[in-house]
Amino acid sequence: MSYDLPAKFEEFSEARRQGFLRVKQVKENGGKVAGIFCTFTPTEILDAAGFISVSLCGMSNETVPAAETQLPKNLCPLIKSSYGFALTDKCPYTYFSDLIVGETTCDGKKKMYEMLGKLKPTYILHLPQGHDSDPVTVWTAELRRFIAFLEEKFNLTITDEALRQAARQRNAQRQAHMKLMELQKQTPPPLGGMQMYATMEGTGFMFTHEDRVNKLNQLRESVEANADRSAFAGAKRILVTGCPIGGVLQKTVKAIEENGGVVVCFENCSGIKAAFQMVDTEAEDIVKAIAQRYLQIGCSVMTPNTERMKLLPKLVEEYKVDGIVEVDLQACTPYCVESFQIKQLCEQINIPYLAVETDYSTGDSGQLATRLEAFLEML
Amino acid sequence: MNYFIGIDIGSTCAKTIVMDSDKKVLHRMLQPTGWSSLDTAEAIREKLEQLGVPTSESAIVATGYGRISVPYADKSVTEITCHGRGACFVHGSENLTVIDIGGQDTKLIAVESGIVKDFIMNDKCSAGTGRFLEVMANTLALRPDELCRLAAQGGNTSISSMCTVFAESEVISLIGRGEKKENIAFAVVDSIVKKVASQAGRLTLGDKVCLTGGLCEFDYLRESLSRQLGVAVETDPDGRYAGAIGAALCAYNIRK
Repeated sequence: MSYDLPAKFEEFSEARRQGFLRVKQVKENGGKVAGIFCTFTPTEILDAAGFISVSLCGMSNETVPAAETQLPKNLCPLIKSSYGFALTDKCPYTYFSDLIVGETTCDGKKKMYEMLGKLKPTYILHLPQGHDSDPVTVWTAELRRFIAFLEEKFNLTITDEALRQAARQRNAQRQAHMKLMELQKQTPPPLGGMQMYATMEGTGFMFTHEDRVNKLNQLRESVEANADRSAFAGAKRILVTGCPIGGVLQKTVKAIEENGGVVVCFENCSGIKAAFQMVDTEAEDIVKAIAQRYLQIGCSVMTPNTERMKLLPKLVEEYKVDGIVEVDLQACTPYCVESFQIKQLCEQINIPYLAVETDYSTGDSGQLATRLEAFLEML
Repeated sequence: MNYFIGIDIGSTCAKTIVMDSDKKVLHRMLQPTGWSSLDTAEAIREKLEQLGVPTSESAIVATGYGRISVPYADKSVTEITCHGRGACFVHGSENLTVIDIGGQDTKLIAVESGIVKDFIMNDKCSAGTGRFLEVMANTLALRPDELCRLAAQGGNTSISSMCTVFAESEVISLIGRGEKKENIAFAVVDSIVKKVASQAGRLTLGDKVCLTGGLCEFDYLRESLSRQLGVAVETDPDGRYAGAIGAALCAYNIRK
């Protein structure tokens, strides 16, 4: 089968054109692509169904103006950017997705997915957000509904054995990812946060299990052998928590690392928060085991978000953290509100805390840098 | 080193302090920042030479928005650290809360044992800053100091917009309605004070609260802030130099 490129293809940059051609090839070789947004997406199910899962989180301000023709200005930039990419056909993965999978993780995303569903085939998983109403039963049923949908819509069968195999592979990837991140427990840390983030992000765009695990293992070995350990000697050790920060790395992580700090631990979405929990691959009911694994993610959409409160003090200890920086995206209600509880938690465990709220524009770069620099001077 | 110099290039005003090796202030300099921080820094250097303070015989720390544009500085330190240290020096206390209302931002800094423990700074918005006052004063054809004096005689009017641009149109409609100038001036100061107080709510205030920055010379603003916060807010004639003084104090740690 052959696939068309978007009308504006020739206007795109070289890197973006390469991305399009790469996914086009995958599709022409019979591959199916699922676009995903969130750490709650049960990738084991997509793997077992033979889909390639690719993250569609919009990290660039470029498509925000287009999105704002339909979405409100005072909305999380990640939601606007993601929708803008779908609207403008500028993201190869969104463009070539056979299916986009979203979860009801926040109100902004939920309502955006309704609109996205008009542009692309979109499936919504309803995530339970509390601990008291037997979320495992609810989420397991949701996952079964998703499996049935995929089987019918794409005319395929998802066996328990395929799910177990996928879970084993995803566990192996999570372990490899954790081992890489745990290198940062060393003093001084072998990597800067900017480098570490690039590796975490990079594996999201690899298409096979082997590629991802090999890449993570190679990186770890190469870092262990070759890292310049003097680069961050004496730097203040920072833990970053809060929203996904791919779109604001330059003005947060880079600003920290240019002013006497080093990010040794990312607790947010692409970091430890969603990497350390494993699926029990020997469980009798594998779908339930997958459901249980995802419900342990300490995201602020959960109420109360006890997992995050437990994880942060543990990471502070393990990574010998000097200060916590919470980076929240503008108008992210769950994280911005929860920030006050994190501040109180930090007071209890006696660790300096700074919260900043920002978006994908560069308008506040100067002020953000001043605040981060002052925070580092304070440590 | 013979001299220890702190240069605070703010968004509106550049402040320079020269100290001797006994931390005695020898010179204070004040000038508008203008459009180029680099030119301002050069003008400061020339003035220092004229005063017989060669930069080559000095340890120099720059702070404020223009801190990266002082090529002859030995180090740059943020205005938050500098205001904290400077206010301690000026007020002779190691434990205090500093409120600095600057040209384009407002900072609240909690200092314990001479060290910054926590701070809050307004983000993208100019509400509650010196710029807000300046724009409103301009609309009323007053100088900021005149506005603050006039405000003391007014009352019973309020501005609800926090955005400077919208607040300006609110002021214009008050003028159009024939509201007395002193009442509008009152509303402007009241708006700044309430915004600062709401920021202060996010920080634990110490027993001693000091106002620094350009607005600390306006008595009515200070009194109004004291009433709103329920503590006596203190100021000092050197308050507007607090950032530069803090920078000069940081210069004593420089080894050349």
